[in-house]
Amino acid sequence: MAAAVPLAVLALLLLGPGGWGYAEPLRDSLREELVITPLPSGDVAATFQFRTRWDSDLLQEEGTDHYFLRYAVLPREVVCTENLTPWKKLLPCSSKAGLSVLLKADRLFHTSYHSQAVHIRPVCRNARCTSVSWELRQTLSVVFDAFVTGQGKKDWSLFRMFSRTLTEPCPLASESRVYVDITSSSQDNETLEVNPPPLTTYQDVILGTRKTYAVYDLLDMAVISSSRNLNIQLKWKRPLENEAPPVPFLHAQRYVSGYGLQKGELSTLLYNTHPYRAFPVLLLDTVPWYLRLYVHTLTITSKGKENKPSYIHYQPAQDRLQPHLLEMLIQLPANSVSKVSIQFERALLKWTEYTPDPNHGFYVSPSVISALVPSMVAAKPVDWEESPLFSSLFPVSDSSSYFVRLYTEPLLVSLPTPDFSMPYNVICLTCTVVAVCYGSFYNLLTRTFHIEEPSTGGLAKRLANLIRRARGVPPL
Amino acid sequence: MGLLSDPVRRRALARLVLRLNAPLCVLSYVAGIAWFLALAFPPLTQRTYMSENAMGSTMVEEQFAGGDRARGFARDFAAHRRKSGALPVAWLERTMRSVGLEVYTQSFSRKLPFPDETHERYVVAGTNVYGILRAPRAASTESLVLTVPCGSDSTNSQAVGLLLALAAHFRGQIYWAKDIIFLVTEHDLLGTEAWLEAYHDTNVTGMQSSPLQGRAGAIQAALALELSSDMVTSLDVAVEGLNGQLPNLDLLNLFQTFCQKGGLLCTLQGKLQPQDWTSADGPLQGLQTLLLMVLQQASGRPHGPHGLFLRYRVEALTLRGINSFRQYKYDLVAVGKALEGMFRKLNHLLERLHQSFFLYLLAALARFVSIGLYMPAVGFLLLVLGLKALELWMRLHEAGAGPAEVGAASAPGTPLPPAQGVGLASLVAPLLISQAMGVALYTLPVLGQHVATQHFPVAEAEAVVLTLLAIYAAGLALPHSTHRVVSAQAPDRGWMALKLVALIYLALQLACIALTNFSLGFLLAATMVPAAALTEPCGPRPFYAALLVLTSPAATLLGSLFLWRELQEAPLSLAEGWQLFLGALAQGVLEHHTYGALLFPLLALGIYPCWLLFWNVLFWK
Repeated sequence: MAAAVPLAVLALLLLGPGGWGYAEPLRDSLREELVITPLPSGDVAATFQFRTRWDSDLLQEEGTDHYFLRYAVLPREVVCTENLTPWKKLLPCSSKAGLSVLLKADRLFHTSYHSQAVHIRPVCRNARCTSVSWELRQTLSVVFDAFVTGQGKKDWSLFRMFSRTLTEPCPLASESRVYVDITSSSQDNETLEVNPPPLTTYQDVILGTRKTYAVYDLLDMAVISSSRNLNIQLKWKRPLENEAPPVPFLHAQRYVSGYGLQKGELSTLLYNTHPYRAFPVLLLDTVPWYLRLYVHTLTITSKGKENKPSYIHYQPAQDRLQPHLLEMLIQLPANSVSKVSIQFERALLKWTEYTPDPNHGFYVSPSVISALVPSMVAAKPVDWEESPLFSSLFPVSDSSSYFVRLYTEPLLVSLPTPDFSMPYNVICLTCTVVAVCYGSFYNLLTRTFHIEEPSTGGLAKRLANLIRRARGVPPL
Repeated sequence: MGLLSDPVRRRALARLVLRLNAPLCVLSYVAGIAWFLALAFPPLTQRTYMSENAMGSTMVEEQFAGGDRARGFARDFAAHRRKSGALPVAWLERTMRSVGLEVYTQSFSRKLPFPDETHERYVVAGTNVYGILRAPRAASTESLVLTVPCGSDSTNSQAVGLLLALAAHFRGQIYWAKDIIFLVTEHDLLGTEAWLEAYHDTNVTGMQSSPLQGRAGAIQAALALELSSDMVTSLDVAVEGLNGQLPNLDLLNLFQTFCQKGGLLCTLQGKLQPQDWTSADGPLQGLQTLLLMVLQQASGRPHGPHGLFLRYRVEALTLRGINSFRQYKYDLVAVGKALEGMFRKLNHLLERLHQSFFLYLLAALARFVSIGLYMPAVGFLLLVLGLKALELWMRLHEAGAGPAEVGAASAPGTPLPPAQGVGLASLVAPLLISQAMGVALYTLPVLGQHVATQHFPVAEAEAVVLTLLAIYAAGLALPHSTHRVVSAQAPDRGWMALKLVALIYLALQLACIALTNFSLGFLLAATMVPAAALTEPCGPRPFYAALLVLTSPAATLLGSLFLWRELQEAPLSLAEGWQLFLGALAQGVLEHHTYGALLFPLLALGIYPCWLLFWNVLFWK
């Protein structure tokens, strides 16, 4: 998938831990992992995960106070080196040892997809949750493009991807592993070869499919000692045909429809490609106030029929204070496309409220789609503390489904924009002059002019006229 | 304003306007035409310049070298196309995927209101193929489009080849900040319209099409490419879009920059750029180009597939490769490099193109006339209508005040409110009838085509055109039918009031048209104003009638066709001209229904009824 997600800042300040992790957690300082997934297209996805934990003095309070729940999005920001450097500084070994030596900016930003995240949460230290540890998870995912960086070749090695190899684990790490997805190789034998051959493999159900990973444990001296460094290589044995990648069960698309600068429509397409299972999704939309949503035009259609959401929460926008918040629980029928559309009107901003580049357009943040997607393979419940980090970021208790949170693409909407340049001033000036002229012309056209006779008599004449009128005689 | 509020001076001014009316009108009309003709001369036409900072100073280096690849793709495409007889969708999909694009298709169908005889189509069904190059690490909020239309008559296979080769080259680069959509449309403009409507999820023209699977955010700019040979001698650029809309001048400047950089020979309206602007030759040649552009823009038809993008505020141009008998030829690499350079500079854009002019006329590729300088031309012409209306208003006014006061400067009596005596009721009938005529002209030809084909031995398209002409001509019989309705209370005042209303109506319409489509407004004003000003029931009636008929909208269209071909140095014979005229009528109606062109409804519902009012004035009894 070449589509990228913008920097989305999800600040969840929950006092008290989430609904999981009640088992006694390991009080490790650092666990680090690199998962390499060769894609059938020839691209390679690499995901780093770092987990740091430390004790805190925070005392547990009862329950979760939703009053402190905050959600904010910055749809405009594109991740760049500026974001990577401070992110790397949070790691205990910085980029000096362990997996983090691979984090070289010039390679990471030579990719077709880049996503970087920081998750922070409190974790209970005992069953009664009287004391709490903090957990900081940092993840970074990149997809290396076979077309651009591979120059058409589909074989990969750590050195080709990151221009570095692994030499030593981070001394602070309690666990430091590299996982390579060899599922396709183990299924229809030997399409893919990994070098050096892995000492162990690991099987798990990830996002509803059974996966096999080759595991390289950097703490195991045998892995590195042979040649003083570890350069994992992937070789495709059979040339791959250019097939479309498999479609996930849930995916979404968002766009603005209509033309002109007055009205428009926000449309979100939700695809459920599961052949026979319907499942609900939670759609969260925040729309800036300058798109005035017409909530009565909200329509959800699936398979040509209206689809009534089972839950709607709508918080209207206040100008310049808060955006629209629209949250819906929608049931997606099996094998269907559901279209959620809502019309809006583009507001005129005050002239000081325009950004310095008003003609670029204004961003609308992505919708967030959260769902429990039914799994094809039943996953066996695992111990979240023991299993690899990448499988436990969103732990789900139910084995028949897995949790997915999707961000749609952000949108760029043009608002009616004055021309902030010299002609604009000229137009304003001309309009003022025309308005003044119009006033006096209108005055001239709607009034008739009489020549006023100079009044000779004063009060006496008026009185005389009054009397004459009373008598029915023409006035003087 | 003191001049007008003082009754004495006001009266003096009124007398001046009345006495000098005819010379003032002539002067104003001549000034308007002269101003327009002077537009091609240097003080009024200026050099174009790049306003957009993001595209101006930044230099790009073009590295495209896929000429052989483009020719190979073009050969394959042509072979597959010949084999299947239609757009080879599967081959295109496969090829686009192999160069690393995300490929989607869109099928569409459209039943035209009546058979299109110039393109030989009636029920149109086709498939558009497009591939998206995703910009690395960007969020797909903005995109650029390169489109190649494939019609039944123009195969454009070299353009498809170049598009694919460019896609392959672009895919290997890492600097893209905007997604690039490579679009190949079937049935040229119909396919483009179907794709654009589906992309923006609207339905303007009743097109049936499948929804798009892949999108790439707001389209910032688009380029359309038409090539039909491996070598080109020059590149022609088309700017005029639907309803006379024009792309931002900066896009044209960008094209011109790369023409100069690559040493390409670039033309506008098929005319080379004159080198010498100091002597009279350059401006005279510029005037020809300007006239061609005015005619093209006034027609309101898209001069290439780019014209349809403009509705969605996507700045767009069409580039046409011309292969004529010149000595120096360029291969596809030169064209590809120009396109690469343009796309790279468009990729730098931070905002939509908005810095430069949207309303301009072009005397050459590098010479333009801005709106502030060309508007006076049409202003002078409309002033004639205003002066005539003022004169009529005063004469009516005086007629109402009684004969004793006519021309009497010393009359102290207060002016009566003039409109009361005119008898507005007598105007209702001609206005309504002529407007009804316009509605009939607009609706009946398409609605009545089946009735016509049943009763007469004609095809549908012919039936539409002939009905159109028949209704148009039937309007000339209007005075006879209206006069039965009109009560003859005050014959002289009656026609004056009607002419006054018609003059104001015409002036308003022309002013509105000139604001949005200057060329159309100017052409209509230049032809209709003299007849409209002169027409009255007394005087040489046959002369006035001939003048009116010669300046009616249909006659203007016929005249424009002759002028257009004359300027293109391909003069028409009378019979050819008539055939072309019939074809243009059918195309005008079709374009209204298929793309939403507004010229036909504007003429049928606005200008024609107004013209009928003058006809009515002429035959007032």
